[in-house]
Amino acid sequence: MSTARPSASAAAELAVQAREAATRREGYWAGVRKRLARDPVTIACGVILLAMLAAIVFAPLLAPHDPYQGSMLRRLRPIGTPNYPLGTDELGRDMLTRLLYGGRLSWFMGITPVVLAFVIGTVLGVLAGFVGGGVNMLIMRATDVFYAFPSVLLAIAISGALGAGTMNAILSLTLVFIPPIIRVAESVTTGVRNLDFVEAARASGAGPLTIIRVHILGNVLGPIFVYATSLISVSMILASGLSFLGLGVTPPEPEWGLMLNTLRTAIYVNPGVAMLPGACIFATSLCFNLLSDGLRQAMDVRA
Amino acid sequence: MLLYLLRRLLYAVPIALSVGLVCFLLVHIAPGDPINAIVPADAPQELVEQIRRDYGLDRPLPIQFAVWLGKVAQGDFGNSLATGRPVWADLSVAIGNTLRLAFAAALIGFVLGTVLGGLAGSFQGSPIDKLAVAFAVAGVSVPHYWLGMVLVVIFSVQLNWLPAMGAGPGGSSDWAWDAEHVRHLILPAVTLSVIPMGIVTRTVRGIVAEILNQDFVQTLRAKGLSGWGVFLHVVKNAAPNSIAVMGLQLGYLLGGSILVETVFSWPGTGLLLNNAIFQRDLPVLQATILVLAMFFVVLNLAVDLVQTAIDPRIRRG
Repeated sequence: MSTARPSASAAAELAVQAREAATRREGYWAGVRKRLARDPVTIACGVILLAMLAAIVFAPLLAPHDPYQGSMLRRLRPIGTPNYPLGTDELGRDMLTRLLYGGRLSWFMGITPVVLAFVIGTVLGVLAGFVGGGVNMLIMRATDVFYAFPSVLLAIAISGALGAGTMNAILSLTLVFIPPIIRVAESVTTGVRNLDFVEAARASGAGPLTIIRVHILGNVLGPIFVYATSLISVSMILASGLSFLGLGVTPPEPEWGLMLNTLRTAIYVNPGVAMLPGACIFATSLCFNLLSDGLRQAMDVRA
Repeated sequence: MLLYLLRRLLYAVPIALSVGLVCFLLVHIAPGDPINAIVPADAPQELVEQIRRDYGLDRPLPIQFAVWLGKVAQGDFGNSLATGRPVWADLSVAIGNTLRLAFAAALIGFVLGTVLGGLAGSFQGSPIDKLAVAFAVAGVSVPHYWLGMVLVVIFSVQLNWLPAMGAGPGGSSDWAWDAEHVRHLILPAVTLSVIPMGIVTRTVRGIVAEILNQDFVQTLRAKGLSGWGVFLHVVKNAAPNSIAVMGLQLGYLLGGSILVETVFSWPGTGLLLNNAIFQRDLPVLQATILVLAMFFVVLNLAVDLVQTAIDPRIRRG
């Protein structure tokens, strides 16, 4: 596992970054904004994601039909049917409506684990990096155990043991994402901890909490945040994947992964409609990935 | 070198033990008394107690763990609650099928990823670079269970070229290296290969670009080395890190295959796991996760050792 741990040169590089960050004035964020403005792909992805967010938030206003009300008389209508622009599913429910409502749970289940893991992982990682010694040893060795499982396997194992359910899926994904965030947080904190300005703060009598709040967090949150955004795409795919396996959302609740599963048999009848929920997952995860790449470049994070 | 080898091997022991502990605890984080999965709800109390004693479920957890570990070390994973057969009988067949699928996917993903990434890194900013980058980001963003369905729609439903399900004719799970079985392997393997392809492309591209920017490449060119000679130097320098990434990816394929196996009804560990979860067959769940995770631990170890063997800088560091 030693390959995955940051090497001495990587730590030195992070230290250089942190020093640069420390000497930045308000010019830094202006620079980030300027770089983002010159990056059409990132802007486009941001706009698409905002539009999707608006669509799923205002789903009750936008949706033309009821998401649960189906009819055996109009099952699996093709895309472009009058009144049902995206067709109907295997129980005759309007696809457009279900995709709009389904996005709510898919987004919620994809983003919540990353947010929770970001908070918990940052606390533990900064603690391990700042305190060092036995605390570091304890936290990092516990992290190693989770690294001994492929992430998908770990998520399925925990969900499988806990049983199906939205909350169980979120819990298992949170557990999967905490260890990698701890590693990133620990390595950036270690890079900053021994720098001169931290030493100066300590010499002038600042307590550990003040040092962490004022001097450490400002320099480490950026890289950790950018890393966390890169996890959202994986998290969306895995969350919908758990529902696809029957381990997440339970029917008749609309969710993209579950919809993809229930429409599986429809690929012989109406492949166009059956592919739609997966296309939504793909589009969302692609946009989050490109957005994260753009942010990484604009914020000049090399971690 | 020998010392490093020994230290690395020793370090894998506590990791393997903790993996065992996590798998053991899986059954205990499952809601409800594990005994409920074994005996029917209306069984008389004496019978429940009798079975609890027989299974050792009345003893303290650490002792249960030790007993379980001892049995596992001898290859005894217990019996399936659903079928009553030894877990290992089904698991060994499933593992074989999963490994075949994972290795086939790895082969496709690594070869394509290395070629694409190498070209992209050598010709940065060119159309082929942009194509490779787009391919890579699509590869890591696509939900592969959906990609599998799309491929089935195109190649099985519309074109009728390749089978949509199973590992062989008639739904048999026995494998043979003949045309019919290989035809069944193509779609799932291609589906599973997109993620490692994306990640390997990205990694190799970055590594190659970084090497080409270094001074020694300039020196090689200046002293008149041909393009082929420079290429060999780049390969030698890019290999250790690329191999490390590929090794990890191979491990992730063992987990990622679960979703793809479900799509294609591939008779591997994914299908086994899926059935175990829905029948609450905890011994099968536990054993499958344990075996896959142990593969991953061994793979990590192997990657480290290979990397050390071909990169002297790590040994010294």
